[in-house]
Amino acid sequence: MSNITNILVCGIGGQGVMTATEILSEAAIAEGHDVKKTEVAGMSQRGGVVTSHLRFGKKVLSPQIAPGTADVLLGFEAAEALRWSHYLKPGAMALVNDARLVPPVVELGLFKYPDDPIGDMRARGVKTASFDAATIARDLGDLRLGNTVMLGAIADQLPFSADVLLACVVKRFARKGEQVVEMNRKAFAAGRAAAAQAATPA
Amino acid sequence: MAAVMPAPAASRLLMSGNEAVSRAVWESGTKVCAGYPGTPATEMLEQLSTYPDMYTEWSVNEKVSLEVAIGASMMGSRSFSAMKHVGLNVASDALMTLTLTGVEGGLVIAVADDVGMSSSQNEQDSRHWGRFAHVPILEPADSQEAYDMTRYAYELSEEFQVPVILRLTSRICHVKGLVTVGERIERKTTGFKRNAERWVMVPGHAKRRIPLMLQREQELKRLSDRSPLNVIEPGTDRRVAFITSGPAYMHVRESFPDAPVLKLGLSYPWPLEKMAALAEMADTLVVVEETEPLLENELKAAGFAVHGKDFLPRIGELAPEVVKPAVERLLRKEAAPAPEQALGVLANAPPLFPRPPTLCASCPHMGIYYTLSQLKNLTIAGDIGCYTLGAGHPWNSLDSTICMGASMGVALGMDKGRGEADKNKKILAVIGDSTFMHMGMQGLLDITWNRGNVTVLLLDNGTVGMTGGQNTPANGRDIHGQQAPRIDFPKLIEALGVKKERIHIVDPYQLPVLFKTVRDEVKIDDVSVIIANRPCVLIEEFKPFKPYVVEEDKCTGCGNCVEVGCPAIHVTRREKVVKPSGKEVELAFTRIDSVACTGCGLCVQPCAPEAIVHFEPTMPRIVVKPV
Repeated sequence: MSNITNILVCGIGGQGVMTATEILSEAAIAEGHDVKKTEVAGMSQRGGVVTSHLRFGKKVLSPQIAPGTADVLLGFEAAEALRWSHYLKPGAMALVNDARLVPPVVELGLFKYPDDPIGDMRARGVKTASFDAATIARDLGDLRLGNTVMLGAIADQLPFSADVLLACVVKRFARKGEQVVEMNRKAFAAGRAAAAQAATPA
Repeated sequence: MAAVMPAPAASRLLMSGNEAVSRAVWESGTKVCAGYPGTPATEMLEQLSTYPDMYTEWSVNEKVSLEVAIGASMMGSRSFSAMKHVGLNVASDALMTLTLTGVEGGLVIAVADDVGMSSSQNEQDSRHWGRFAHVPILEPADSQEAYDMTRYAYELSEEFQVPVILRLTSRICHVKGLVTVGERIERKTTGFKRNAERWVMVPGHAKRRIPLMLQREQELKRLSDRSPLNVIEPGTDRRVAFITSGPAYMHVRESFPDAPVLKLGLSYPWPLEKMAALAEMADTLVVVEETEPLLENELKAAGFAVHGKDFLPRIGELAPEVVKPAVERLLRKEAAPAPEQALGVLANAPPLFPRPPTLCASCPHMGIYYTLSQLKNLTIAGDIGCYTLGAGHPWNSLDSTICMGASMGVALGMDKGRGEADKNKKILAVIGDSTFMHMGMQGLLDITWNRGNVTVLLLDNGTVGMTGGQNTPANGRDIHGQQAPRIDFPKLIEALGVKKERIHIVDPYQLPVLFKTVRDEVKIDDVSVIIANRPCVLIEEFKPFKPYVVEEDKCTGCGNCVEVGCPAIHVTRREKVVKPSGKEVELAFTRIDSVACTGCGLCVQPCAPEAIVHFEPTMPRIVVKPV
């Protein structure tokens, strides 16, 4: 089913993974695609793992992305991006917020958090662009802009124009006023720039 | 949730299966909807409560919710009841007699199976109820079908005067797809028709209803073979033909796009003639069903040579990465793989730490489990809710979890069944407010009546926490958030036979008081109830306090705060030291994530050097402002 685009978004409950995927879905619908979006998030509100699968194209059957078939991975947390990296097609791109969110089981000394999850991804052959979404958002004036930074980061990896996705972001924040919309435009642009910069070898 | 204007007819909307079912229930002119929260079914009633012109309620349990739907149907109104798979176990007593009386107004039961167990104590295949209760089962494969089949379910229910089960799974409930919606029909309620022979199920009446039920089942069987919901897609790849239903259909189509497939939408009664016709179309016949081999066994009994659970997993979802390699191996006549391989556990998945769900920062249950983890010689019967997480690290403070309300009966049984080895054990039960009202009250009555020696911890956080914070009689709000009678736990518990002096109300954030109360009550040879009453951090009653920080120069690395189990506490460095006794210990120096901390103060109390203090923000709270 090569005419289907598979986007995997992963992170931790409460990070905005599901909202981000919802906005990506809206963009795909705006482009006239059939869309299916699915989550595994039974107890995600309790700090568990969240993955959101988005598939779009002419006609989507199974809502689930099979391992090794994702076209792009959007990771909201470094180790979570590594956890799901085998879902990517060979040579596909991962865009990763390099935040490290360490769970209690690690703090208790029961398990180890990897020293360099981004490095591990690259070592596994995944093309990885990593950036610090929280700092970008904070520099723009609000930590909550992180979600839009992430959407900006994936915008140039989609089979349609980044403007289509930006329009969906703008639509979502429209009723919060022009100031908020403008902030989100800036965050989107900053996310795009950060991903482009990270993807280009220095 | 407040009533909003529903989207106009002919809108094409991105809807989850739960949202699609809800829209169709509303459009069908349904008058009464009831349910109890449970993953993955919860959002149906949540959505329905936002639609106008209907009565919706959270019931105290699934059995009551089905009974409410039955009453409404008797009045000639269409009704709806939604629950998760284990909920139908509770409601089954009503279902098994409802199938005899039949329905007047259309009655649809949506039951959602947690296939893959993202948030359940077991995995069940609710299709079993079709055969057991002699009622039709409809199985949608995506959101549009969930919408279409729900509308059809009401027609079917009224045509055959039968309750209809809409069998959903997580992969229907929580998948969003595009749905074209319609309009709400205006449906007149036909009115109650007094008829004891139909509605009063005493043996004499029931005996006359059983043949009618069996006759109805035969008619449904004939319908199944001609129903357009059961369709053969002929295909061109005749190596293998599939019989499948629900989300598994999509996985089969994804994996074998050109194979002949019999897709079952009306999966009970099954269409035997269509099954026979499909069997003619390929050399190999495979049944792909989540989760039990129901159809497979029926086909085998009917003399067909079929494959199914001999090479497909018996548990979990049958995603393409599971089905495709398994069927290809079958076609190559290779041996069945080991179960873990069949489940698609991939060798190339990076080995990583687990990230299990855990209690939230400031969760009042943390105080309870920290206390229980510090006491010795306890045996603790647990229950269903967020507080089941007390079985995990670092508390490890639950010894059993069975089903809703089971902590009560199990604790009594532990008390009565103990032998010499457990003579000095203190038996406790831990239960949440909603679970207590769901099915725990009867168990407590059994403890008092039969003079059990159990200390009950009733964790009243004023909500159904695990499913996202639904209202309950404990917070005095109905499904719409409107004021409703609020249950008085001390009075209720006293009425159930617990002595007034054995009922304590404690603040779970006050560790010394909590510790002393539990320690004192477990020593007394009587039933005690300790009510911990702090609101869940997810509901409006919770007001965050000022966050704390660890003063780095005061922290001695004792790690006591880590033992509280709060996700806002992080270890900054570890150091191995040798104590004067010669014992080597690892010190853990910590910091508090001030964004996540809501200042409950639980970690402050065990901190020996008083290194945890209030955080005085050096920067103003971050707000949206132009740059």
